[in-house]
Amino acid sequence: MAEPALIQVLSDEEIREIEEECAHLPDRKSAAIDAMMIVQRHRGWVSDESLYAIGRLLGMSVENLDSIATFYNLIYRKPVGRHVVMVCDSVSCYVMGADGLRKAVEEYLGVGLGETTEDGRFTLLPIVCLGACDRAPTMMIDEELIGDATAEGFDEIFGRFD
Amino acid sequence: MDDVRPLIGIVDTVGGPVDLEAYEAHGGYVAARQALATDPNDIIDLVSEANLRGRGGAGFGTGMKWGFTRGPATTPGGKYLVCNADEMEPGTFKDRYLLEYNPHLLVEGMIIAAHAIHAETAYVFLRGEYHDPYRELQKAIDDAYAKGYLGKRILGTDINLELRIHRSAGRYICGEETALLNALEGKRAQPRQKPPFPPASGAWGRPTIVNNVETLCNVPAIVRNGAEWYQDLGIGDDAGTKIYGVSGRVNNPGLWELPIGTTIREIIEGHAGGMRSGYRLRGLLPGGASTDFLVEEHLDLAMDYGTIQAAGSRMGTGTMILMDDSICPVNMCRNLEHFFAQESCGFCTPCREGLPWVEELLTDIEEGRGKEGDLELLDRNAMFIGGTTNTFCLHAPGAMEPLASALKYFRDDFEEHIRAGRCPYR
Repeated sequence: MAEPALIQVLSDEEIREIEEECAHLPDRKSAAIDAMMIVQRHRGWVSDESLYAIGRLLGMSVENLDSIATFYNLIYRKPVGRHVVMVCDSVSCYVMGADGLRKAVEEYLGVGLGETTEDGRFTLLPIVCLGACDRAPTMMIDEELIGDATAEGFDEIFGRFD
Repeated sequence: MDDVRPLIGIVDTVGGPVDLEAYEAHGGYVAARQALATDPNDIIDLVSEANLRGRGGAGFGTGMKWGFTRGPATTPGGKYLVCNADEMEPGTFKDRYLLEYNPHLLVEGMIIAAHAIHAETAYVFLRGEYHDPYRELQKAIDDAYAKGYLGKRILGTDINLELRIHRSAGRYICGEETALLNALEGKRAQPRQKPPFPPASGAWGRPTIVNNVETLCNVPAIVRNGAEWYQDLGIGDDAGTKIYGVSGRVNNPGLWELPIGTTIREIIEGHAGGMRSGYRLRGLLPGGASTDFLVEEHLDLAMDYGTIQAAGSRMGTGTMILMDDSICPVNMCRNLEHFFAQESCGFCTPCREGLPWVEELLTDIEEGRGKEGDLELLDRNAMFIGGTTNTFCLHAPGAMEPLASALKYFRDDFEEHIRAGRCPYR
């Protein structure tokens, strides 16, 4: 990764939120995950430029930060669509038809797991148990949990996310 | 004014999520006031006497755990209380319910626990995907601060407690308590070498107690009603109530707070409404993905720590996953091992290399490429990878529990796949 000349990549709001986390932790490095999640909430993903800027803000090497970023499945190091669709593939949903649900979503959106629709609207990812097993099969779009998911409801469900 | 369901009985009484006003109207924060006026060591002794055991799955004595760090901190920086709300054990959905519907119960439990161990800082380590629970819990924490239950000089005493939520960025391994502490410190969530155990050296090297959501939620009622009352709630050797859950093809999947020691049959048939018409129960994972299968002969067993362990499994989280006769046991094992292979932190060889290899072998068998000798290979690996001294933490041994038991109870299915060269369920 080439280091960008621009130091000030993060917005004032992002820096304020990260500093707020730092203020409640024994050292600044401990805010690494929070900082990446904050930037991601603002920008959708964590770019190389963002990573350098976070590293500078927290006094960490970009290599160290990237090793943390790539460990966690909810930190995205590649751009994602405007909305992230996650279909549960864990055991309770498996028993209740998760494979069928995933195939139906893939067909509906026209993309496979790890892909983004051409219009940049949805990125489809697998996810582990969402903790709503009494409503299996489940999926999540952004922050919305959808239980008892069936293909019949797709127009209404996906229609809510433009 | 506790009924026999101190954890979530109030949700039915109130008819939905319990806010501060409703919580206080039903005896909320009375126990916290009581506890703050009590000697911390007496609270630890009370919880020990009540026989509260960890509800995250391991069943370790909560009072005993707290007792490992009695008294004020002797090192700079104080002590920490951490609530493990990283509910990621597949098939488990009980802590979500507590967080969404009765968040003040957790806050009150944490006030009492923090006082008992002399912690002035507490964290809730919360799953990243738990958005609704986050909103409810954050609201409860804000309201508790505003009312003087949290912050400096709680309720006019000289006791302080700062309580914050850490929202996780994913990975099942964060549920392992030392991996959780690394994640809390902003690092990769790899389990730590033990000893030292967290009560001696935990978050940022300071004495730390990590307790599950449901465990902490049991504490207020114990303080309010005493150890004997709490012990009497349980049916067998264990004390209190347990939130049991059922998922799979039953008529009424869900959660119920019942006396700990209720039988599996009572939970499935009495509360979950039995199997859906046309489906027969073949097996169940009693407490999440990392527990051994049980079968029909075990249905009349009590769901408590000792009884389920004696039957060769673990009560785990108490939320059971049912396998009906339309589900192929080989493919279900493949699903489980895919999860565990994916979620290995990658530190130890048997886990990092062994789990994907087991998954591949199961895939071969499921897809008709199984060979003679494959089952013996799986047996050997289940024993080797499942050995608790071969890996740093219990991720890989946990992964082998459902597999080893499936090879025992559903061996005919595995053999039939290899003999026929295809999956008979397709």
